[in-house]
Amino acid sequence: MSIRETSMPRAAQTFVEFVQLLRQNSFSVAPDQTASFIEAIGLLGPRGLEDIRRAGLAMLSIPRARWEEYDALFRAFFLDQTTSAPALGDDDDEVEAFDPRDGEQEIAVDQRDSEVGDRATRLETLSQREFLTLSDDEVLRHFAQNARRALPRRKSRRRKPTPQGDRIDQRRTLRQAVQREGEVFDLRKTSRQKRQRPIVLLIDVSGSMKDQSEQTVRLAHAVVQVADRAEVFTLGTRLTRIAPALRDKNIDRALQDVAGVVSDFDGGTRIGAAVAALLAVPRFAGTLRGAAVSVISDGLERGETGTMVDAVARISRMAWRLDWLSPLAADPLYEPRTEALAASLTYFDSLSDGSSIAALADHILSLSRAATRRLVA
Amino acid sequence: MAVNPVIAGIGSPNELQQALTGAQYIADEALATAGYLSLALSKPLLLEGAPGVGKTEAAKAIGAVLSRRVVRLQCFEGIDSAAALYEWNYPRQMLAIRQAGDDYVNIYSDDFLLERPMLEALRYPRDCVLLIDEIDRADQEFEAFLLEFLSDFTISIPETGTMRATTQPVVVLTSNRTRDLHEALRRRCVYHWIDYPNPALEAEIVMARASTVVQATADAVVRAVGELRQMPLIKPPGVAETVEWSQAATLMNQQGQPWPEAFRRAIGVAIKDHDDLDYVAPRLDDVLRGIAA
Repeated sequence: MSIRETSMPRAAQTFVEFVQLLRQNSFSVAPDQTASFIEAIGLLGPRGLEDIRRAGLAMLSIPRARWEEYDALFRAFFLDQTTSAPALGDDDDEVEAFDPRDGEQEIAVDQRDSEVGDRATRLETLSQREFLTLSDDEVLRHFAQNARRALPRRKSRRRKPTPQGDRIDQRRTLRQAVQREGEVFDLRKTSRQKRQRPIVLLIDVSGSMKDQSEQTVRLAHAVVQVADRAEVFTLGTRLTRIAPALRDKNIDRALQDVAGVVSDFDGGTRIGAAVAALLAVPRFAGTLRGAAVSVISDGLERGETGTMVDAVARISRMAWRLDWLSPLAADPLYEPRTEALAASLTYFDSLSDGSSIAALADHILSLSRAATRRLVA
Repeated sequence: MAVNPVIAGIGSPNELQQALTGAQYIADEALATAGYLSLALSKPLLLEGAPGVGKTEAAKAIGAVLSRRVVRLQCFEGIDSAAALYEWNYPRQMLAIRQAGDDYVNIYSDDFLLERPMLEALRYPRDCVLLIDEIDRADQEFEAFLLEFLSDFTISIPETGTMRATTQPVVVLTSNRTRDLHEALRRRCVYHWIDYPNPALEAEIVMARASTVVQATADAVVRAVGELRQMPLIKPPGVAETVEWSQAATLMNQQGQPWPEAFRRAIGVAIKDHDDLDYVAPRLDDVLRGIAA
């Protein structure tokens, strides 16, 4: 037994073990937070288990979205009650926004038209896919090498010293003047820094995109690795945030994580409802502001046309540009046939080829050169 | 870790809850607990929640309870030390140099220093509550800068040296969670998620905040807002909107609009997005019928 263990009060040991349990369940708890947690319990009495629970919520910074998971672990540890996590994908009538980092179905969004759900439910199959171990890919390597320079940028409100700026840098000008007895010989300037625009990829993983979805996710991994701010969601019968899984530098591990969290691979398509679900979660919708949004889908929408058009229109108003990449667009004679996609055309900045990883990479690398203009339906 | 179980006469979460009620802020037990722990353990309080649930008001109420003024730092993208910490009064410095001629003048004295909220909180920690509002709007560079401030409560001014707070100031951070905050920042804080209040609590808030509103109106508006929050809106109404809708509908009614037409006329103070209005408009009758029943 170590000195540390002998000096720790027995009651405190219990709470340390609870923290260890949280860590085992991917809660990030630092040692000083554990100390604060125990301190807080002492301050609160505690009068009961609720005080301990609240001390944990406050001192261990448990995000709201993980309260349910925290409570389940709390009950399991202190009350010896086991509860199962909420089952995923068992509610057919709703499109859900799912953030695996939160460990729960974050929000359920009722569809504005119930028929959407009815139709899609018949087609919906939730399934998980095993990714093959991937070898190096020249396209991805080229993308990784060039993307940082090529990704679109915008002016930030943060400023930096430059010789030809648009604003006088008073601090530096004064410092120089002090050295010259208060005489200002030249004005130092600052200009606004540039920073990368957020990149948002919405990837259709429905059955009709089965051949493309794996390579698209591989490209999404490369995007997440090089971009300062990137968000990736999969669309199918539900909306799933996969950017956290793609942050793992190891592509094989990242893809396995994605396969674990996306439960609607190769299922039905309810793009409009899934995008509406994205817009309904403020922090997800916030990622779209000023972003370059690319939807990678064949556009074979099985939901209501109006739902998809409304959702696409909203995104186009929030985003810097909105591009639709369809594998069908590899054919130069391609014209959108589905009613929903045809009606949404007016909100896209481009409708491009999304049939291969090279085409997708090329599109993203050319974003900074592309002018924003709306297509005319 | 400095532990101070009694702060300004407040020795438990219940006492803080009562004190907040006295400051016209109706807090639930969980918020009172987090607030008390933050004060007792001298740690910043991080309040997250949807826009309009009362995070900023909570900070103001804590200021009122402690009889301290609230120094607010509104975050935005690109916020830097000149906006958050301090800035030298450059024109004044230049004039002083010119005026002094060959004489010595110290242009880096307090006379030329423009205090910004964080420096003010550091210099007068017993007099103010530092509110760092909407930290999620700031960029990650500023978040990293905050880490140092919140750990040591020290500020380095190159021209004068390091400044350390004599006692840890009370700091409240708020975030609308439009992006995830860095784990390191969260770790330094006592965390609390403010949810929309339950209907009874929200009606109590309306009654406390809006003196012209009668209980029946408050109850009706709270029910209606509850239904609106169930809808997939871009900007669901917050608590502030509930209070304002109650006041606006009461005003409309006093000017001759019958119920529930008064609610309909005043919907603009509750719903503030064109798409949301389009969505709510055809459903508003059902909502109003529901609350009338």
